[in-house]
Amino acid sequence: MKLIFEKSVPGRRGVMPRASDVPTTAEIAPSLLRDAPAELPELSELDVVRHFTNLSEQNFGVDTGFYPLGSCTMKYNPKIAERVARHEGFSLLHPALAQLPGGQKLTQGALGVMHETDRFLREICGMARFTMQPMAGANGELTGVLILAAYHRARGNDDKRVILIPDSAHGTNPASAALAGYDVKTIGSDEDGLMDLDALKAAIGPHVAGCMLTCPNTLGLFNPHVKEICDAVHSVDGLVYYDGANLNALLGRCKPGDLGFDVVHVNLHKTFATPHGGGGPGAGPVGVCEKLVEYLPVPWIIKNGDEQFGLDWDHPDSIGKIAAYHGSFGVVLRAYAYMLRLGRQGMLDVSEAAVLNANYVREKLKSHYALPFAQVCKHECVFSASRQAQAGATAMDIAKALIDRGFHPPTVYFPLIVEEALMVEPTETESKATLDEFITAMIEIAELAETDPDQLTAAPVTTPVRRLDETLAARNPDLGV
Amino acid sequence: MPFVPHTLEDKQRMLAEIGLGSEDLFGDIPGPLRARSFDLPDGCSEQQVAARLRALSMQNGTCLPCFLGGGIYDHYSPAAVDAILTRSEFYTAYTPYQPERSQGTLQAIYEYQSAICRLTGLDVSNASLYDGGTALFEAALTAMRVTRRRRIVVDASVNALWREMLATYTANLEAELVTVAHAGGRADRDAIAEAVDDNTAAVLCQNPSFFGCLDDLSDVAETAHSAKALLIVATYPIALGIVKTPGEMGADIAVGEGQCLGLPMAFGGPWLGFMAATKKCMRKMPGRMAGRTVDADGNEGFVLTLQAREQHIRREKATSNICTNQGLCALGAVVYLSLLGKQGLADLARLNADLGAYARQKLTAGAASLKFPDAPVFNEFVLQLPAKADAVAGDLLGRGIAAGIPLGRWDPDMDDCLLVAVTESRTAAEIDAYADALEDVL
Repeated sequence: MKLIFEKSVPGRRGVMPRASDVPTTAEIAPSLLRDAPAELPELSELDVVRHFTNLSEQNFGVDTGFYPLGSCTMKYNPKIAERVARHEGFSLLHPALAQLPGGQKLTQGALGVMHETDRFLREICGMARFTMQPMAGANGELTGVLILAAYHRARGNDDKRVILIPDSAHGTNPASAALAGYDVKTIGSDEDGLMDLDALKAAIGPHVAGCMLTCPNTLGLFNPHVKEICDAVHSVDGLVYYDGANLNALLGRCKPGDLGFDVVHVNLHKTFATPHGGGGPGAGPVGVCEKLVEYLPVPWIIKNGDEQFGLDWDHPDSIGKIAAYHGSFGVVLRAYAYMLRLGRQGMLDVSEAAVLNANYVREKLKSHYALPFAQVCKHECVFSASRQAQAGATAMDIAKALIDRGFHPPTVYFPLIVEEALMVEPTETESKATLDEFITAMIEIAELAETDPDQLTAAPVTTPVRRLDETLAARNPDLGV
Repeated sequence: MPFVPHTLEDKQRMLAEIGLGSEDLFGDIPGPLRARSFDLPDGCSEQQVAARLRALSMQNGTCLPCFLGGGIYDHYSPAAVDAILTRSEFYTAYTPYQPERSQGTLQAIYEYQSAICRLTGLDVSNASLYDGGTALFEAALTAMRVTRRRRIVVDASVNALWREMLATYTANLEAELVTVAHAGGRADRDAIAEAVDDNTAAVLCQNPSFFGCLDDLSDVAETAHSAKALLIVATYPIALGIVKTPGEMGADIAVGEGQCLGLPMAFGGPWLGFMAATKKCMRKMPGRMAGRTVDADGNEGFVLTLQAREQHIRREKATSNICTNQGLCALGAVVYLSLLGKQGLADLARLNADLGAYARQKLTAGAASLKFPDAPVFNEFVLQLPAKADAVAGDLLGRGIAAGIPLGRWDPDMDDCLLVAVTESRTAAEIDAYADALEDVL
């Protein structure tokens, strides 16, 4: 489709600012002004709306069809959350208002939402207090590692420079550790797909500052030794970080705090159903155990004696500020609406259905695709397309063939420890009928891999574009016009 | 069961078909590790949730004229922006890992990147970062990678909140953050020249500054470049409708807060960090990037590219840890910029500047004066009061005006100063009423 700049017609106007109602004209010296206006498109409002509407039709969202992207928890985004987020009482609120004298009285609704979300998350995760400031999961990871660093600095643990991370971890884990100045030691997985306990214990030593774990892990497997792992790390005064990307499997069943985790992040755009937005915005609130609360970013959202919500800055050991104000409040607000809607039983229903759906797919496809780990999984399962790849159709080809059949593909080639990985996370909002359709398509594709792999390597054929030359894109980057 | 479609029969049938009992689903969690309690309130109907949140929204004071700025501004967002953002093909999608079925998102990102470059006068942009503060941090890291140096010189007229964030984010890194006092609300050339040495990766400045002052930082660019350091300029997109661009000043990297481009203030976000840079910095930049290429039939298409910089490929060696960014917010920004267009943004910037000039005049007609009288401004300025700014702001709030941000929190010598922002959302009548109330209070 033509670029919006290519549709531009000189002189055409779209939205025009209001006329001035003041007699003054600002006089700014030419040396402070740009030579010419920015070359933005010149279009009518209809031109713009039509352009982006047509672009949207080339997209695929959860509302379009099944989107089993493993590790992302592409569950249905409740529309009530969208309505609630658009109340002008929330959207038109400048965050600095709460910090003016008398401003807290005028922001009780917003402060209340954050305070109550903190309380929900504490109970769900078994942690002492949460901050809403982190603006994504990875931002939460960095926040958590900065808290870990502050803890060690306070205790004079200057030799602790290493963080242990499993080889199955999402790339953000080591990237976050490195961004906070730590070295990463990778711990391998055992033949059951879990972190190798012996390897972990061997890696424990005085230089270990902590360990980052996802539980269930990125293979969708719950590690029954998780408490032992936490104990081992604690034995050298290390801290254990819980990457909450897979929390959907554990809602109401298991609390990270009970497992021994010291710091936790939660992905509101995964477990708590806020929209993925085509790449965000998300939010990654971070919770800590009691001994770490003083390191949390400021301000805290508290409830005063007179039942009023307020901001509390009096925490001299705080790591400081992760966000300019309170983080992505609009995302927290949507998650809060979802938590209210679900309540206790709703969350138990989520984890039960998420795990049921993943095991249903696992069982039904295990004779068609290699299943590296055969045990009951949690909310996602990982297949290997190794058999199909040998026959001439890779995980990528399978993904493209699924697109032609009206599905968004699962995650491919992650985690790295499974060859030709296909990571399927159905989520709890999908029906048996949808899963059966997906299973049927996957079986058909598995058969085609044996009988006519060329059909798969040619896919997709039903999309606005065919397979794209990514090598060319990286070699001669064209990032804008 | 809200949102879970299974009936009891569905569940039983599915379990039977796969030979599991419901107790098997969580059988892998050892008993001692299971939650002993799960103490949450009962769920509410959608209607109850709607009522509860509506009531909470009405407990916030959004009917006051807002003269608060400091990087976040009460600009008017045209209705067409949200109309596009509520298209579920955009907002219920995720990262375009399967580009053939995500050309909508990818082309929109490409257009956003193009628009940011045209706005800032630089060569390449990424697909977004979280906000202005994290964009500033990421820019500092980029400069450190490009120059292989560790020292960052920060002008104190850069956004005070972002400077606090910078301290938090760099606390554990081998980075030397040196803050240099400003001069009259703008970069102090002598102080910067003295601070820049051959270990300096970058100089960080802002235009318009945190205090609203306008400047031409071209000479600061020369100072930085002569020491082989980079110049990073934080800037304000609406101002760039008329104001000199970071590119025109010789900056290497431009960053800032894109909330002003049609996104709600929403008490903290979600907002939009933008970053644009010279071509030389491209491969060391953080964040996702959409690139144009061709498909198997030779037709034009868009893909995520230069992914070898990113965490999913490079892990601890990545340029950043960023994964989920502010995709939908970037879409909002490019829609906004397209709706306003070339002339519209220039007109809007003019209007803001005129309103700023009017407010400066009216608010200093009485006992208040300008803290930086010699500095040209855009739409934001610092009022100096014959009283503590906190108290004055509190009084004015009691009279229904969100008058400005008291600056004493960051600089005790400025505890009589109020940062006042004026946008097209403020009418002449509101500015006049503010001036009258100010006189009453002082």
